[in-house]
Amino acid sequence: MANVSIRDVRKSFGTVSIIKGVDVDIQDGEFVILVGPSGCGKSTLLRMIAGLEDISGGDIRIGSRVVNDVPPKDRDIAMVFQSYALYPHMTVAENMEFSLKLKGVPAAEQKKRVAEAASSLGLTPLLDRYPRQLSGGQRQRVAMGRAIVRDPQVFLFDEPLSNLDAKLRVQMRAEIKELHQRLKTTTIYVTHDQIEAMTMADKIVVMHDGIVEQIGAPLELYDRPANRFVAGFIGSPAMNFIEGRFGPEGIVLPSGAVLPLDIKPQLNLGAEITYGIRPEHLQIAPAGTPGSIPATVSVIEPTGSDTTLIVKAEGGNLTVVLRERCALKPGEAVALKPVAHQAHLFDEQGKRIATA
Amino acid sequence: MTALASSSASRKPISFAFLAQVILIANSFIMLYPVVVMVLSAFKSTGEIFEHPFALPNFTQVGNFAKVLGETSMPTYFMNSIIVTGASIILILVLGTMAGYAVARYESRTNTFILLFFLAGLMLPLKLAVIPLFILLRDLNLLDSRWSLIVTYTAIGLPSAVFIMAGFLRSLPSELEDAARIDGASEPRIMWSVMLPLARPPMAIAAIQNAVPIWNDFFFPLVFIQTDAYKTLPQGLTTFMGEYTTDWGMLFAGLTIAAAPITLLYIALSRQFIQGMTAGAVK
Repeated sequence: MANVSIRDVRKSFGTVSIIKGVDVDIQDGEFVILVGPSGCGKSTLLRMIAGLEDISGGDIRIGSRVVNDVPPKDRDIAMVFQSYALYPHMTVAENMEFSLKLKGVPAAEQKKRVAEAASSLGLTPLLDRYPRQLSGGQRQRVAMGRAIVRDPQVFLFDEPLSNLDAKLRVQMRAEIKELHQRLKTTTIYVTHDQIEAMTMADKIVVMHDGIVEQIGAPLELYDRPANRFVAGFIGSPAMNFIEGRFGPEGIVLPSGAVLPLDIKPQLNLGAEITYGIRPEHLQIAPAGTPGSIPATVSVIEPTGSDTTLIVKAEGGNLTVVLRERCALKPGEAVALKPVAHQAHLFDEQGKRIATA
Repeated sequence: MTALASSSASRKPISFAFLAQVILIANSFIMLYPVVVMVLSAFKSTGEIFEHPFALPNFTQVGNFAKVLGETSMPTYFMNSIIVTGASIILILVLGTMAGYAVARYESRTNTFILLFFLAGLMLPLKLAVIPLFILLRDLNLLDSRWSLIVTYTAIGLPSAVFIMAGFLRSLPSELEDAARIDGASEPRIMWSVMLPLARPPMAIAAIQNAVPIWNDFFFPLVFIQTDAYKTLPQGLTTFMGEYTTDWGMLFAGLTIAAAPITLLYIALSRQFIQGMTAGAVK
């Protein structure tokens, strides 16, 4: 096991800059998730850690060693790919043995390690099958088994769950997390799914356009997003944003409605500001309540455990999540009252405004 | 009611399928007829062939085969054909796969040019270049040897092999190579342990579609080979046709022996061949 340190790492293809200086520190045994929309450079960064892509600038260290020019096989890492990349002409056992065979591990030791990994993943009855005879979830497990038998310093996962159906994804998510808690191997995991990131990570790295937007524990990112991008990306349904100006009693919306604040931001009166509020922090109030946003119910989506409302308000649609069942009808007029101490404020550049 | 509807709906496809079957059966009859006559005639004497061309022979009468194998240079021709075809196919597959892998996988500015260069070889009938080829082989001191045929056939076969292999290898997911690279495999090892086992169908195609014309080729041996000990089957068999008389029974026996290996090879590889031809057609 080892810590991984990424220092001012850059990558460009020709003149196009994909990763523009990334710094991340990953502690020994940590489960770190790189998350971001497609094209943000997260998979490229993972492939650079793996050694499958050259590094255009900066340093990557695994343990105390700079690995910039070390070939993948000497980095002591194991990787699980999105397509699993199992060798189709080898059985499950042969797939798992392949790396040990290349390393010259004695045959008896190979068998032992494969058997151990297989039994821990429930693959023992499948060892003689070929990948084409397995289901998606089983293939996923073989790919993980192939990584485990090597007992590497770092596990790399590249969107390993995106080819599975929704139910299996939830199940494998728990299995991967459980595996990490058992093995305590440093893990770097790439996904575009913020729910995977929230549920599995010790630490999330939110990437966007080749830079790191914020690094932090899942709830830290949820409660105190550093900027508008992170605020909108983390959380599902996404945070509502309302444009307004800073006034003496709170945020003044274009229509004249005022949203009260229970904090005193260091702002000039009249400064343009984005008011962010999560769907679960909007409450339904009788129409005309002071300090609320007038709106019309547009869509009601009951999920059983809670109800999602999409309402039309000035400046666009807002999302509201209610824990209780709701008797509203589409077209009904309502007022939305934000929970004042849960509001997030962002300045014109989208940066979080200090609210102390 | 429903049965009636479904039977009238399926009647048309059935009659079409029936017609297709008739045409296919007729076609296979036309294709097989010369082969059957060849095999039947191999068991007859010249007299019997002309008296009863369609009669079933006495299959215990293997005199023609004994004569061909015992009294002529047929075994030598046969060995030469095996050596020349085998060596050419091995060279075509080894070089073609390596070149195809390089063209398909290693990014380089010269890649397209190299592939186009090989493709140009597909367009060029080498038979037109037989005179410069003859001069070249003479200068290399290869004339009148098996090598003259092997290098010529390899050169003819390479373009299509590179084309087939590059196309197939490009369709394999590159994550497989990445996985092998992380597992600790060297580049030659990736090719040998991961890519080649997966590339068997296209290799079977490249092998068969080169082996048949090489085995049957008459033109290049006729031009390059004079010594009887280096002649291949098609050229050697012509020596059975005498100036005044021809032992047709013996000739057909020789032809049957000549056709057997390539037919068996085709049958052996046909599953892979068909698999390769239709690969990617249906997911």
